[in-house]
Amino acid sequence: MADFKYTPADFKSDQQVKWCPGCGDHAILNAVQRAMPEVADALDKPHNKFTFVSGIGCSSRFIYYMKTFGFHTIHGRANAIATGIKTANPDLSVWVCTGDGDSLAIGGNHFIHAIRRNIDLNVILFNNEIYGLTKGQYSPTTKLGKITKTSPFGTVEKPFTPGELVIGAKGTFFARTIDQEVVLTKDCLVAAAKHKGMAVTEALVNCMIFNDKTHAMFAGDKATREEHTIVLKHGEKMLFGKDKNKGLVFENMRLKPVTIGEDGYTIDDILVHDAKTADTTLHSMLAAMKYPEYPVAVGVIRDVDDENVYDQRVQQQVEEVKATAKIKCVDDLLRSGQTWEIR
Amino acid sequence: MDNVNVRQLQDVVIRFSGDSGDGMQLTGTLFSDTSALLGNGISTFPDYPAEIRAPQGTVAGVSGFQVHVGASRVDNPGDYCDVLVAMNPAALIANRKWLKPTATVIIDGDTMTEDNIKKAGFKTLDPIKELDLEGFNVIIPDITTMTKEALKDLGMDNKAMVKCKNMFALGMCFWMYNRPDDYARRFLDSKFAKKNPVVAEANKLVIEAGYNFAANTHQIANNYFIAPAQLEEGVYRSINGNTATAWGFCAASEKSGLPLFCGSYPITPATVILEELAKRKDLGVKTVQAEDEIAGICTSIGAAYAGNFAVTTTSGPGISLKSEAMGLAVMAELPIVVVDVQRGGPSTGLPTKTEQSDLNQALYGRNGECPMVVIAASSPSDCFHYAFMAGKIAMEHMTPVILLSDGFIANGSEPWRIPEMKDYPAIVPPIVEPREGEEFLPYARNEKLARGWAFPGKAGLQHRIGGLEKDHLRGTISHDPKNHQEMVTTRKQKVEKVADYLPELDVYGAESGDVLVIGWGGTRGHLHSTVKQLLDEGKSVAHLHFNYIYPLQKGVEDILKRYKRIIVCELNEGQFANYLRQQFQKYEFESFGKTEGQPFTVVELRERIEKMF
Repeated sequence: MADFKYTPADFKSDQQVKWCPGCGDHAILNAVQRAMPEVADALDKPHNKFTFVSGIGCSSRFIYYMKTFGFHTIHGRANAIATGIKTANPDLSVWVCTGDGDSLAIGGNHFIHAIRRNIDLNVILFNNEIYGLTKGQYSPTTKLGKITKTSPFGTVEKPFTPGELVIGAKGTFFARTIDQEVVLTKDCLVAAAKHKGMAVTEALVNCMIFNDKTHAMFAGDKATREEHTIVLKHGEKMLFGKDKNKGLVFENMRLKPVTIGEDGYTIDDILVHDAKTADTTLHSMLAAMKYPEYPVAVGVIRDVDDENVYDQRVQQQVEEVKATAKIKCVDDLLRSGQTWEIR
Repeated sequence: MDNVNVRQLQDVVIRFSGDSGDGMQLTGTLFSDTSALLGNGISTFPDYPAEIRAPQGTVAGVSGFQVHVGASRVDNPGDYCDVLVAMNPAALIANRKWLKPTATVIIDGDTMTEDNIKKAGFKTLDPIKELDLEGFNVIIPDITTMTKEALKDLGMDNKAMVKCKNMFALGMCFWMYNRPDDYARRFLDSKFAKKNPVVAEANKLVIEAGYNFAANTHQIANNYFIAPAQLEEGVYRSINGNTATAWGFCAASEKSGLPLFCGSYPITPATVILEELAKRKDLGVKTVQAEDEIAGICTSIGAAYAGNFAVTTTSGPGISLKSEAMGLAVMAELPIVVVDVQRGGPSTGLPTKTEQSDLNQALYGRNGECPMVVIAASSPSDCFHYAFMAGKIAMEHMTPVILLSDGFIANGSEPWRIPEMKDYPAIVPPIVEPREGEEFLPYARNEKLARGWAFPGKAGLQHRIGGLEKDHLRGTISHDPKNHQEMVTTRKQKVEKVADYLPELDVYGAESGDVLVIGWGGTRGHLHSTVKQLLDEGKSVAHLHFNYIYPLQKGVEDILKRYKRIIVCELNEGQFANYLRQQFQKYEFESFGKTEGQPFTVVELRERIEKMF
């Protein structure tokens, strides 16, 4: 049992938080600081094992506000640097704070390869569908046609859906949350921390200044949010709506939202969420659901157990080789193979 | 063998050349390792094309391996060769220019077909006449036919038999230079006997066939003997620069007590360092084959932050891709070593050829005022020492270090007297331990101006760092103008302070006099040989060679002022000469540069330096 007990205050640094008032990042910071005591408990890791790494962008300032070890790195490279940290010391709980520009544009390569390796990082992907820190240029998640400073006539490039990218790269964990849903965010992060392997949690955040209400159609209004989103829970029916009278069924190789009691659908027709299956088909479809055709999926969409965790495997291989190695030190190494003596 | 004269030789240079699939690198390595085991001085120079299998029979596909064997210490692989083994007409045409006037040329007669001769680019069908080889000792045995004959009872297919023909040439050279074949036999057994005993047997048979052919025919009049070199007592091995670099890092890791981490992306000619370190799990080394060059250095920065001794390795354009991250390492003041095995540039340039043209980039190629220590190794075996020193300086001074190697010393090999780790110095990084009741200041500095290294995981040391300018003590973000000035100055002073810890400069040759020859990095062997020749002839000349590039060792000016003329020789267009001009403005530095993708020859160096007397 752990001989420590933390509160959110233990994870708050003394630095003034400098995000714009009303920015969705505040809520995520709040949720992370609330999640940390639970994570410390669940992983039995003391405060000093927590390390936060970020790239560049508004959300990457995150690490200065956490009273943990923190490394604010360079644009796009947080996942690569975190890979080095975790591989060097697998005992650390390593968190990456990154944005849609940081991880899906300039750092896209590191992002997909960290997923492919299944290294045990916890990535919080702040998705505001815009470049905020550089004052409003479109990002790889900006909606098609959006007018921004660098697309004055609307963008002509289609956006990524981060969940599809993660699941397409055979990611073992993907969750999605909404900035205002602090408890849901906290729950996703605790689940991410418990997951062994790369865990990506996409946080849909609002940028009041440069991309206000980009998620508002389904996420903006607390009153209608339950109608327009679906909170997925492993082992539970995929139900949504204020009265939980709507659900998802699988028909003609596609997902379909239905109302129970209408068109002959009953509760028995509604899918049960299996986050643990290795098969990516349904997870990918759930992650791809877009409002208004579908409710937007939030919660833990995919959480697959996979023993091939990179940092663990690297460590294990070193230990296996060391156990039977003839070369035990550098002097042994230098004298290995063919040598000769001159007297 | 009674009609054969055995003659004593001081040294011999043999160039093995053939198609890049002909196994010339192996043939040359077996000859040089055999000679090294006999106690000879050796130096080797693999010269191969960038393509793995360029079109057969063309000059583009010619792969060469030159080995210089001597009865004393050998400093370079030799300019011109005494023996050229050409496994086809293309190899002949490509290497004609490297023949000494007295050279023996061995050509596989079976390959001298009209088709091959045309493919090699000859204008006529008489290569010997066309290349003016009539005055040389040209031997044209049917190597392919005799190889097949030797193997006719083994039941191998034609292709497998022909693959062994390089061993026929090796056997001939073994006879010519009185080399035993036992090392080569052992090597072939260990390489093939388990997986494919027939191949091991076949190769051994063909070595014998080549040996007997040379001994029995009267085409080679002489049989030579090269006495063992009078080398310092000790245990020796043959080593190439890349392996020595990898091992030097292992040594620095052991001496610092910190695990070694290497994040790298494969790139010629640096890849062998990553490959060697990937084998060294026995010493606890962790390697990450990264998704790109940037991830290579970034994983290393992460590992350094986490408390490992971290390195990353690259060549050519890879160093450009790492520039931004090097800036982060400078700003975060984390110890990493970035190895740049230089090759011909710019851009993709000449991947398999050597050059020293990344010096300016190593010194200046980053945004902002961004000083890093720059060190250059100068021979295959001293890569070990300078890799070790790069690690020691990085960790003790908390700074990233660039270690410059080059294709020539990385692939070349030489005998190396194996050091003992007890003779190497300790490495004591400023690792921070938590102290009760004391605030940890991440950017507080010690007498070296190095900040403390606080590994994540240590209770009480939680702190935040990053690429934004930081407060000079607390490390928090600071945009204060005075603080920025202070930090810029301090980062520079920290790197320059490394000079206080460097050994004294050493000059070879005349204490003072007419000409000072300056070089740096991998040209040491050629410059040393050149200056030695000139000294032997009574010239007033000296050689000053630099391994520590930034900061320079102290006392440079005391040396410069003792000579009438100074020349800087380097494999670029005068980058180091300009660097010295900038720092020692009173002196005139003549510059002799070369960018042909090839090392200097002693002949051309002499020619240039002789003009200065």
